[in-house]
Amino acid sequence: MNPVLEFLTRRRGRKKLNFSDFLSYAYLLLGVLIMFGPIVWLILSSFKTPIEIARFPPRIFPYRQQTIELEGFDDPLQLFKVTFDDGSTRELAQVRRVGIEAQMIDPDMPDEIIRVNIAEREPIEEIHIGLSNYIEGVRGFNFGTYLWNSTFVTITATLLTLLVNSMAAFALAKYKFPGQQTIFMTMIATLMVPLSVVLVPIFLVITRVGWNNNFLGIIVPVAATPTGVFLLRQYMLTIPNELMDAARIDGASEWRIYAQIILPLAKPALAVLAIFSVMWRWNDFLWPLIVMSRPEYFTLQVGLAAFQGEFSVDWNLILAMTVLSILPITVVFAILQRYITTGIATTGLK
Amino acid sequence: MKVKILFVLFIITAFVLGACSPAPVEEPVVEEPVVEEPVVEEPVVEEPVVEEPVVEEPEEPAVEAVELRFMYYADGPKQDLILPLIEKFMAENEGITVILDMVPYQTIDEQLPIQVEAGQGPDLARITNFAIYKGKLLDLRPLVSNPEEFEANFATPILEALGYGGFPDEYTITGPYVNQTLFEQAGIDLPTGETTWEEWTELTKQVAEATGTDYAIGIDRTGHRVAGPAMSMGATLIDDEGNFTIDTPGFRQFIELLKSWHDEGLMPNELWLTGDALNNCIDWFKTADMVMCMTGSWQINGVAADVGDAFDWVVVPNPTGAGGSTGIAGGAAVVAFADTEHPEAAAKLMEFLYAPENYAALSGGGLSLPAHRGVAEAGVDYASDIPSVLAALDAYTAEVPKLQDQAVFLNVHPFAFAYYRNSANRIAQYLAGELSLEEMIANLQSDIDTAIAESN
Amino acid sequence: MSKNSHNKLFQTIFGSIAHGVISFVDLFLGSIQKLIGIKGVPYLFVLPNLLIFGLFILYPMLLNFVYAFTGGSAFFPDNRPYVGTRNFERLFACENFLVPNSCTEDLFWRAVQNTVVYVIAQVTILVLFALITALILNRKIKWRGFFRSVFFYPCLLSPIVVGLIWQWILQDKGLLNGILIGLGMSRMPFLTAATWARFWVIMVSVWASMGFYTLILLAGLQSIPSDLYEAASIDGASNWKAFSNITMPLLMPTMTVVIVLSLIRAVQVFEIIFAFTGGGPGTATMYLVQFIYNYGFTSPNKQFGVAAAASLLMAAVLIVLTLAQMAARREEVY
Repeated sequence: MNPVLEFLTRRRGRKKLNFSDFLSYAYLLLGVLIMFGPIVWLILSSFKTPIEIARFPPRIFPYRQQTIELEGFDDPLQLFKVTFDDGSTRELAQVRRVGIEAQMIDPDMPDEIIRVNIAEREPIEEIHIGLSNYIEGVRGFNFGTYLWNSTFVTITATLLTLLVNSMAAFALAKYKFPGQQTIFMTMIATLMVPLSVVLVPIFLVITRVGWNNNFLGIIVPVAATPTGVFLLRQYMLTIPNELMDAARIDGASEWRIYAQIILPLAKPALAVLAIFSVMWRWNDFLWPLIVMSRPEYFTLQVGLAAFQGEFSVDWNLILAMTVLSILPITVVFAILQRYITTGIATTGLK
Repeated sequence: MKVKILFVLFIITAFVLGACSPAPVEEPVVEEPVVEEPVVEEPVVEEPVVEEPVVEEPEEPAVEAVELRFMYYADGPKQDLILPLIEKFMAENEGITVILDMVPYQTIDEQLPIQVEAGQGPDLARITNFAIYKGKLLDLRPLVSNPEEFEANFATPILEALGYGGFPDEYTITGPYVNQTLFEQAGIDLPTGETTWEEWTELTKQVAEATGTDYAIGIDRTGHRVAGPAMSMGATLIDDEGNFTIDTPGFRQFIELLKSWHDEGLMPNELWLTGDALNNCIDWFKTADMVMCMTGSWQINGVAADVGDAFDWVVVPNPTGAGGSTGIAGGAAVVAFADTEHPEAAAKLMEFLYAPENYAALSGGGLSLPAHRGVAEAGVDYASDIPSVLAALDAYTAEVPKLQDQAVFLNVHPFAFAYYRNSANRIAQYLAGELSLEEMIANLQSDIDTAIAESN
Repeated sequence: MSKNSHNKLFQTIFGSIAHGVISFVDLFLGSIQKLIGIKGVPYLFVLPNLLIFGLFILYPMLLNFVYAFTGGSAFFPDNRPYVGTRNFERLFACENFLVPNSCTEDLFWRAVQNTVVYVIAQVTILVLFALITALILNRKIKWRGFFRSVFFYPCLLSPIVVGLIWQWILQDKGLLNGILIGLGMSRMPFLTAATWARFWVIMVSVWASMGFYTLILLAGLQSIPSDLYEAASIDGASNWKAFSNITMPLLMPTMTVVIVLSLIRAVQVFEIIFAFTGGGPGTATMYLVQFIYNYGFTSPNKQFGVAAAASLLMAAVLIVLTLAQMAARREEVY
């Protein structure tokens, strides 16, 4: 028997920690490294100065060259460790550099200029969690506006999605009516066509409706998700019809049956759709990009693209803003992770 | 039954439209009955309308309050320079509000043309693709107070390409940057006089080897930058009738040289192979990882700011070949769109922006070459006292008289961007080994021919 | 007041508000129901969804037909001349379909080839890793909830962010090359050699979506009744036997769903690659959706007709895949 297969096919229920358990934990820990490593690296890098970012090979922690403020100089001077011909070393501050020669001074004797070959000096550095990328990025980036737009769009679009999809799912699951199959099949068929290939017609429709640069343009059109209808319908199929019949005898309208009986029972599926919807809307990129052309309507994802100018890519700012853009959704996930993962696992695909 | 349903639909529609939607626009051909906003049951839908900051279009009330949207992209310090100018304009012209929409370049490049065609464009914009808005720009001549001055101060081919709907706000020209410090460290003198690209290749290679620098030479990933060296080697990219011809000995010569840079590792692979976007060699140059970078005058600012005194750099004349020594002229233009509801106000803002003192402020602060004759003749007071910056500006200015005619016309050619984008991708395919040189040239020619044929 | 009664008060207030809203809407909808009868009610309920769906999803897709059969670079369909099937003919004008360069639209066929290879490799690797992870998480593991969340976390990130992060790691001067140098090896052309780039595109997309499929497979595994295994172990069946005779057959319906879903998602791949390799080196990682996007939406080309024709072809393939999924599901449901 192949040991790998043996290991994989073994089920839970062992008492002692044996070799296969060890392998399992090794796999999972490697998984943690691979899944989180890139994020950690992103966060560490986002604190680095542009020079440090361009450095190769990169260093794990953000460093910064030490500087010293001296009288007579407007800007702080950079500190170097200089090795002299006799092997002695001194800490000197650099005044300026001309070609391969650096003009330096000793902070204790600021009057005497020492000329040093640049190959003989080494910057003195310290670990520094620099927030300047964040400050500069937030200032030039309207972070507050974009954050608010993203949050607003995500929440309203999710509420609308839940309402509209659950109503349609209710009709498709609990009634028989002419056209039902056609509607359902059409929705399923379009489920699979990616938005990116119908950008031009979508832009045309949005334009004719007049929803360019209007939040309605990124909230309403995405609300009728076929996935959502499908997911909710499949779940509602499992709710027994007897409950509805009993309510009807009591004289409840169909609306009351939907709102007071079916919706509460479909809560797990609604929760999963809500999670999906929040993920989709928070991360939407192409749709807001084509609908919105005024920065006051930009969402975070569109705003991120703003750092890639025509002639330059400011990695330090992009990294810092990326961290900020994933922060809210990460916090929400960290708080609700148990519900989210079990919810998706148990209801996600029935 | 069916009639009943339709009747109910109608009632709901009327209810919804009355309740919340702001004047629906007719939607011409849909199978379903057209309703704007079907959901009534919850206040959810109404929220966006209520919350929205600026929805109402200016309704032309009694007091003339004009709002202009100005879509602007900026590299470097232009962003900080344009804002005070706009504020100054608004202070001088009460009743006109200018909203400056700072957008990524991608929006200008990809979204704006379609928005303009759909009638959804802004009132004004800063653009780089001069030729695609033909017929969509606002002819300023009847609107400005000094049409003669307007025409006299800008190059006629550019004004014609823009349909007199705007003016170039800066002139750019392509040319290489060289890391002088690395040359000094290698003990090699910078060549003077007429030097060919082949000689530069050899020199930078020696410098890179002597100094342990990663890369010797590079060129930005776009057909725009490639055109200059190719024309210097004798390529006729555009003939007198404006036809594009890719297959010329000069073009082949430079592409083969480029291939050798790539294959020998003189140039970073990432420069041309990754992405279909514009990649810039300046990123390597700024960190002293490349000895020579072929880009253009718009980078002066960034180089000065990012290099600081880490090394000395210099802009050298475009290398010489069988066709002479030419860079490519280019630049950005500020335009007003014909669709604007406020042509007078838009023209007023344009007139303000090309007024010499304002124009000069933008050129001087942004370290860009003025495309405004009056400003250029008066001389720009550049906001820099760094010798290498001033030397670079002089070096680029000295390139202007050497420009070939086709090097000037390229950027205003209606299909210039079809050439820029497609040539970058096709050359990348050639460098990656997907296409032979023959195939690359044939495919690129056919890309441009198709673009021209489709637009007729 | 204790926390509990606080909650209760809150619930009462919230409940009565909800009750009020429901009753209010009921006034309106209840009377409509009287008007149209119970048979009309389902139409009322699907209507909002159907209107949005029809106008913003179905209608644009139908409009795509108009673009596919017209030519020119005009944006409004009214200004576009009818050209019949010319756009399709151009896509199929090929001497040898296996040699992209013999085709008029060589990039389209490169994209098709790339997509086919990508879809097969990506789905295989994705399903394999998701299955292994699900099997391990199904064992008696400490902190299972934590590990499950760890594997799911990348699914939360936007494709743009995923692309950016990995570009940052894999570029020439990125972290991974730094590690290689640190280990005394030389740099690898991770994003500039076609094979490497294709490899990383697959691995990154697996990284970004594996957690979701793991969760589904895990749910499938956990729904297998454990007495089946007990019975098997009494019969002396080995673990491998139990796996192949119990786990796999009972997991098959879930596997089918996972495979079809991931197939469809793989054909649609775009945004991650857009931000990650941009389709390079050359066109090594340019897939169908990117071809359509580039051709139809970036300004110098604006060949809406050819792009629309290509997207229709792709939609046809996707709908076939979808129908296959439906068939698979039907088996599962009934």
